[in-house]
Amino acid sequence: MADTVNSVHLNVARGANEHPVRRFFRATEIDTRLLGMVGALMIIWISFQISTGGLFLTPRNLWNLTVQTSSVAVMATGMVLVIVTRNIDLSVGSVLGFCGMVMGVAQAQILPQYLGLGHPAIWAITLLIGLVTGAAIGALHGVIIAFLGVPSFIVTLGGLLVWRGATWFVTSGQTVAPMDTTFRLMGGGTEGSIGATASWLVALIACLAIVWALLHARRQRKRFGFPRRPIWAEYVLGGVGCALVLGFVAVANAYYWPANIARKYADANGIAWPDGGLLISHGIAVPVLVAIAVGIVMTFISTRLRFGRYVFAIGGNPEAAELAGIKTRWVTVRIFTLMGALCAIAAAISTARLNAATNAQGELDELYTIAAAVIGGTSLAGGTGTIAGAMLGAFVMQSLQSGMVLLGIDSPLQRIVVGMVLVIAVWLDTVYRARAK
Amino acid sequence: MLDNQTPLVEMRNISISFGGIHAVDNASVELYPGEVVALLGHNGAGKSTLIKILSGAYKRDGGDILINGEPAEIGNPRDAKKYGIETIYQTLAVADNVDAAANLYLGRELRTPWGTLDDVAMEAKAREVMGRLNPNFRRFKEPVKALSGGQRQSVAIARAILFNARILIMDEPTAALGPQETAQVGELIKQLKREGIGIFLISHDIHDVFDLADRVSVMKNGQVVGHARTEDVTKDEVLGMIILGKVPPKAIPGPGAMQMA
Repeated sequence: MADTVNSVHLNVARGANEHPVRRFFRATEIDTRLLGMVGALMIIWISFQISTGGLFLTPRNLWNLTVQTSSVAVMATGMVLVIVTRNIDLSVGSVLGFCGMVMGVAQAQILPQYLGLGHPAIWAITLLIGLVTGAAIGALHGVIIAFLGVPSFIVTLGGLLVWRGATWFVTSGQTVAPMDTTFRLMGGGTEGSIGATASWLVALIACLAIVWALLHARRQRKRFGFPRRPIWAEYVLGGVGCALVLGFVAVANAYYWPANIARKYADANGIAWPDGGLLISHGIAVPVLVAIAVGIVMTFISTRLRFGRYVFAIGGNPEAAELAGIKTRWVTVRIFTLMGALCAIAAAISTARLNAATNAQGELDELYTIAAAVIGGTSLAGGTGTIAGAMLGAFVMQSLQSGMVLLGIDSPLQRIVVGMVLVIAVWLDTVYRARAK
Repeated sequence: MLDNQTPLVEMRNISISFGGIHAVDNASVELYPGEVVALLGHNGAGKSTLIKILSGAYKRDGGDILINGEPAEIGNPRDAKKYGIETIYQTLAVADNVDAAANLYLGRELRTPWGTLDDVAMEAKAREVMGRLNPNFRRFKEPVKALSGGQRQSVAIARAILFNARILIMDEPTAALGPQETAQVGELIKQLKREGIGIFLISHDIHDVFDLADRVSVMKNGQVVGHARTEDVTKDEVLGMIILGKVPPKAIPGPGAMQMA
């Protein structure tokens, strides 16, 4: 009943004969902007697939893509909140470097002295140290920005230099390696993947969660008598969501362990080597799981918690937020603290992946992170942006880079292309927004 | 009559200056329950500044604020809301990028037992309040920037009355509205008045507010020219107060009154 009332009202408002495509998007409430990005991603993928002669869309390459994206994707989720409140954080790459170095020293030099090499608690303590370090740096930036009134551009530009320099001082420029074996699982690789069975289990849980979320939302709206989506739209959303999850896991599971590693594993476990090789699935990589978990938590924070509501309100109208009684300065401090903690998670992923902490870790990552957020629809004018968009933005950027590597394009040219794509993406977004008005 | 009652709000000898300029100088106004007081004056007369002190946006340099006869400490907008003071600003002060329900509850969100935002409950209440205020309002899911001036105004008003305000401050409440919406706001003010809410109307245009107000207080150059009951004075006399600072015989002169030779 309420459905018909609502759609009748909309049709009257927008002209009686609505185009079926438009009606589809309105009914499903799919963000057309996000869909545009998915379209762009598809175009990039297909063109690389053709130009590399079928090397791009392989389980191996797609799996690697997800792993390579995770570090920047984690930071991009925090950058959304920073940019939404009309701030910027130029220091994330350097903070990543510093946290990575601190964690490297902690797990390779300090903790083994007390716990013994390879102690199972080392990775957890290391990660905790990293998170505290990152959060403290972020909080410091936030306090300077909010309470001393120094623009975030300047504070984090200073931070970019300060923390890169500080990274050098931790070990006088020496690279720290190797990392703790458990810690290294966070970097992915053959060991750092959860295998086929666990991956399917994750997929099952994700599908159930999607269905539950749709049902719950519908029940809530019914309880209060609000207009609901047509029932077919719910099925479409649920179906597409589950299909994406299952497809992703199928791809991850279709990437098998390299033959030599599989052979070692077979020898170690006394498995007979079958003809045609032993096929052991990688499954979802641990860093990807971490990034997805961060994405879910950050989406929850930004849409379901009061803090997230304040972030967007401040971005939309700082004065109104202040007059509504929001402690805007503390919100700023909390945003930057969160950003710092996310840098530490990203640092854990990237040091684990490299199996070393270096001086140069995370260089230029601030630009990739900002670019990911902006390509993902976060407006530098403040007030708009989504976590999912930013993560997808990071994925688009990584696809471009990875595709160019496969094509054998030199790294200077890669930078030129990435730079141009950023400008073009923002230009397209400006055009889109102007039309949407 | 009025003299026997305790004023809802009494602002005594309020002063504030910005960089040596006395924006408000020794100003006193009072407001009784169920009363509408129009605060009039030119642009820059200090009326908005005076009222922002009451709503906690500015901190006064001197003077006292009494709520129900008790001294009140108002240092920020949160303090003011604790005393039941709600303000509708000239600039509307809504966050453009979030929807109506989010704006209504901004800073005072309803939460579920798990501490998450209870969006459905907020939307339900928003629909109820907006239904009373502006039955044509339907765009609950869209960001406020997609709304017309009148719709935004009704969101701002709904936000003020949603939390059982006892003192309502409206800064140029009808400046952005068409005639029909202005009439609606007028009706609303009468309704709120019957509920015993005290209302400050701030305007530079006497025609907007003269018929709604019980009393007028006129400001000029940061000082109060005088107070008068609307039944005792004509519009022309009030205009004389606004423009020249000339106080008619039935009005009570303030410190800013023109000195008669």
